[in-house]
Amino acid sequence: MANADVIVIQGSNMAEAHPVGFQWVMEAKRRGAKVFHVDPRFTRTSAVADAYLPIRAGTDIALLGAVVNHILSNELDFREYVLAYTNAATIVSDDFVDAEDADGIFSGFDPATASYVQDSWQYAGHERDSGSGHTGEERETAAGLRHESHGAPVARQVRRDETLQHPRCVYQILKRHFARYTPEMVERVCGVPREKFLELARAWTENSGRERTGCLIYSVGWTQHTVGVQYIRTGAIIQLLLGNVGRPGGGVMALRGHASIQGSTDIPTLFNLLPGYLPMPHHARHPDFDAWVDSIRHPSQKGFWGGARAYAASLLKAYWGDAATPENDFCYGRLPRLTGDHGTYQQVLNMIDGKVKGYFLLGQNPAVGSAHGRAQRLGMANLDWLVVRDLFMIESATFWQRGPEVATGEIVPEQCATEVFFLPAASHVEKEGTFTQTQRLLQWREKAVDPPGDARSELWFFYHLGRRIREKLAGSTLPRDRALLDLTWNYPTHGRHAEPDAEAVLREINGYDTTSGRPLSAFTEARDDGTTAIGCWIYTGVYADGVNQAARRRPGHEQDWVAAEWGWAWPANRRLLYNRASADPQGHPWSERKRYVWWDADAGRWTGRDVPDFEVTKPPSYRPPEGATGPAALAGDDPFIMQSDGKGWLYAPSGVLDGPLPTHYEPAESPVRNPLYGQQANPTRKMYSHPVNSTNPSPPQQHDQVFPYVFTVSRLTEHHTAGGMSRTVAPLAELQPEMFVEVSPELAALAGLTHLGWAHLISARAAIEARVLVTDRLVPLSVDGRVIHQLWLPYHFGFEGLVTGDSANDLLGITLDPNVLIQESKIGTCDVRPGRRPTGTALRELVQDYRSRAGIVPGVLPPAVTPGVPVDPPRSTGDGEGNP
Amino acid sequence: MADPRSRPAAPASSSAPAAGAADPATAAGWVDAPPRMGFFTDTSVCIGCKACEVACKEWNGVPTSGLDLLGMSYDNTGALTANSWRHVAFVEQPRPAGHATGSFAGNPTGDPAGAASAARSAGTTNPTGTEPGVLPGQPPVAARMTEFLGMPAAGPPGRTGSAEERSDFRWLMMSDVCKHCTRAGCLDVCPTGALFRTEFGTVVVQEDTCNGCGYCVSACPYGVIDRRADDGRVWKCTLCYDRIGAGLTPACAQACPTESIQYGPLDELRERAAARVATLRERGEPQAQLYGHDPHDGVGGDGAFFLLLDEPEVYGLPPDPQVTTRDLPAMWRRAGLAALAMTAAAVGAFLGGRR
Repeated sequence: MANADVIVIQGSNMAEAHPVGFQWVMEAKRRGAKVFHVDPRFTRTSAVADAYLPIRAGTDIALLGAVVNHILSNELDFREYVLAYTNAATIVSDDFVDAEDADGIFSGFDPATASYVQDSWQYAGHERDSGSGHTGEERETAAGLRHESHGAPVARQVRRDETLQHPRCVYQILKRHFARYTPEMVERVCGVPREKFLELARAWTENSGRERTGCLIYSVGWTQHTVGVQYIRTGAIIQLLLGNVGRPGGGVMALRGHASIQGSTDIPTLFNLLPGYLPMPHHARHPDFDAWVDSIRHPSQKGFWGGARAYAASLLKAYWGDAATPENDFCYGRLPRLTGDHGTYQQVLNMIDGKVKGYFLLGQNPAVGSAHGRAQRLGMANLDWLVVRDLFMIESATFWQRGPEVATGEIVPEQCATEVFFLPAASHVEKEGTFTQTQRLLQWREKAVDPPGDARSELWFFYHLGRRIREKLAGSTLPRDRALLDLTWNYPTHGRHAEPDAEAVLREINGYDTTSGRPLSAFTEARDDGTTAIGCWIYTGVYADGVNQAARRRPGHEQDWVAAEWGWAWPANRRLLYNRASADPQGHPWSERKRYVWWDADAGRWTGRDVPDFEVTKPPSYRPPEGATGPAALAGDDPFIMQSDGKGWLYAPSGVLDGPLPTHYEPAESPVRNPLYGQQANPTRKMYSHPVNSTNPSPPQQHDQVFPYVFTVSRLTEHHTAGGMSRTVAPLAELQPEMFVEVSPELAALAGLTHLGWAHLISARAAIEARVLVTDRLVPLSVDGRVIHQLWLPYHFGFEGLVTGDSANDLLGITLDPNVLIQESKIGTCDVRPGRRPTGTALRELVQDYRSRAGIVPGVLPPAVTPGVPVDPPRSTGDGEGNP
Repeated sequence: MADPRSRPAAPASSSAPAAGAADPATAAGWVDAPPRMGFFTDTSVCIGCKACEVACKEWNGVPTSGLDLLGMSYDNTGALTANSWRHVAFVEQPRPAGHATGSFAGNPTGDPAGAASAARSAGTTNPTGTEPGVLPGQPPVAARMTEFLGMPAAGPPGRTGSAEERSDFRWLMMSDVCKHCTRAGCLDVCPTGALFRTEFGTVVVQEDTCNGCGYCVSACPYGVIDRRADDGRVWKCTLCYDRIGAGLTPACAQACPTESIQYGPLDELRERAAARVATLRERGEPQAQLYGHDPHDGVGGDGAFFLLLDEPEVYGLPPDPQVTTRDLPAMWRRAGLAALAMTAAAVGAFLGGRR
């Protein structure tokens, strides 16, 4: 980041939410980089940026799409890079119909399931033999998530037009798709004046190419939308067109939500993934080990997922040790199976419906931190048991006694059947282990002090929970208990409380040779014959040579700027992914200034400042022989080695469920009619029909003016997420001591709000109150001839702790992105009124009054397809496997 | 490291060297004093994260300063007090920030926030217990801020812009701290010797010697030193005397993620600051200026000095601080003369009376 010549921060308030990482933005700025900040409100990030663009929340694709258009219509792309390293030249099927030509819906839309059949999106000649076919089921299991570390499948041979002139090549399709995304459209949709937009577009393009690079930074301001994945895709398209991927000072930086969230996707706490992005098997699609493994590695395809069988076998070997053998499919039968959507929001609705009996909460406070807080609390109030492990007594442990629903009479403490077990947890300084941060860097931390009283580490809790369950089951002859009884559960312990050895766990994650016990040093050593056990294949090498590589702390001044000996980055201690792209197709650095990894012809190997992200002796001139598969099928100039065609995807023939190209849709709740298409919102967004859930009407629905304002929620630097670690600590709590809402002076005048007075905000879900901060940092926007007012709220507050207040997330409904099932929690509509909210039953009456005025009927969803938008049923619905 | 035992007894009132004099530690009687240490706070890279405030409280065990929402932008600390030894000021200014295009240029904006817009909205609102447009003034620190030296009254910092439409905007942040003056008024007036000059040239209160007389409070030209309500004694930044004595960086500077707070030998910091201000001016920040760096100013220069992006008053800093004991020698001279004259007159009268 420090090497960037321009930095664009959008969907992120990096200075406030990631102040430590932000030092590298400041370093780049010190070296002369220009910093742009695009955000609905002027934040502490904007304060130190060189330019700030206020944007209407939820319209980022319109702005980014216009940058793509600016690049293509002025031919400002880095042509050599684009031609060699992206799929710009690839020819797409004749069957493909762009959303531009169909009022906002791509070809293949199945109105019955509101999802796409992707056959027509494929590359020409591959309409039937690649892709996902019908994607309705993929949405249920957020299957897109597994593409976090690799691309979706595509068959090997593709047709290309190196002149980029073929009307159906990706380059031309892209150009047509974004042709209407003009500076004027940005002004109409985003409320960003065209001059300001052009300032951004010029700076971005002028600081990219051979000599210069630009960096794009986002965080949950992009992801938490019903089109969130496509926001990021648009950013990635720009960075690929400008040659800013795989090069120093380039990239698309995903800033993770908090410490080790990256770690919790690598070794996931997600329902649909196993360690190293191996998908959780589906009960029907993956009946046996081979079916499961082949769905990952796609036999006959290019790229490093060809080794998936070895990664999967080694994982099962790590789970079940000696019991796992090639003969019994490594105990594959004992893995849990997906049967559909088991995501967090579906679970909460299931709790309300009485389908879930027990719940563990660790490091999470959904009563405050998750969308639709009332649904969260009502769900948790309808369990048999709830285990909460936290540092402090958080709202999710006391909702049954002190929550807002107690005041409204919806939860009666004496009658609430949920038995809550609160277990004190050790903090990060009271236990050892690793953090994996945004850059995929694992950093070991030592235990500084013993945890107080009964507080224990997560490792201790799960190890001893497992140990006790296994003791209870000992002697059982039931086959179902074998999965637990055969688990490898032999970690050494130490100390008074028999604390498991965290380094022993890291060693297992790294993997070892099952015959000699020798720790593996690279995932290329993984075998599918039971001779290797690996807890997470992408982490192999973190314990190479039996040394905890994550604990390395060689100071920066003792090594070069890549600092390879500080911590350990996955994969293979590589600091910059796809860094083969930092050299030209012949293997020479694009420029001296941006020299990073290059081909040393004399030595016959790739070399440079980082671990090359390429087979180290494969020359740039290498061309795969006919019929090659796996890594051997990658040419010497295919830098995107995890992609099945070795190319960066400007156009995604599969892998993204809501379109091969990003398209501007309005948020699920918006006061604005989509100016670009008849289709108002993402037609494939995940909606839940449940009486507790509802969506405020948006045009062209009636009564949208009941909720005329846009609100967005995010963080303050002074607090941490749901506040459990900051509202409870005096030196932090006093810095932001009350829930507040930020409004512009114009909206204050309009709604009758006074500085430091009270206001209450109402949505179809809840009404919350907050003190008013009138500030120049928020500004009304002119959108398509109308003035749109946006409000901002911090989401840190709840009813426990030293400082308390209503929870902003209570305002939100539940509507999700179809790819990864993330909730749209960065935007909603509301009304705002001066004064405090009513209390008791009057509070629900107020919300009910708004609901009836808005015409909201419980459990009735807004239409997925906007009435009037023509939908052609897909030519082939396939069989769910991409076959006709 | 100087040996404190070699320190000769020096009356407190003689510890303030003349403007431009050599190292204050030497002037205070330290033999072989180490280089004078200080803070350079570069506000141009401050991101207002308040890590300095938190780190200071954690290390020094400073109690809470109250859970009050002040409404002064993101400043809920209000001022430097006995319970806040670092204070990050936030200034929202509807004025050009040097951007090519103003932050809000082209957006439909009206008057900036302030008394006018609040008053306009007041007519339509329900009673909420807050007078529009006036700094609430209930929390004591907020009240104190309005009374503060050089502080424009009647609105939060930076909020008193013109009534023109706002098109550009900037948000200034600055971490304020005790200035550790070369000529420290607090130290001059301390009757018990609780305030003393350390070998590093900093000014520190010894909590076990302070008798709570409060003379130093009115002697500070910056309004920094303050009495704690519950115990009556005065407390302020020690520049982490315990840390720097052990070769460590003060807690605030250690915690600062952007190196806005820099700690080091004062001579070095002054050089670095001069270069930084030159760079900023080259890059189109004509108002970038140093504050407290000049050994010839009214306090003989500060041990903790600042790079500001606007006039000092905007940040609540006095534009021309003077050591409050500046005129003491002259006053004593005059008082002495007057006493002599009176004595002479009395003697004269007595003698005359004899005649």
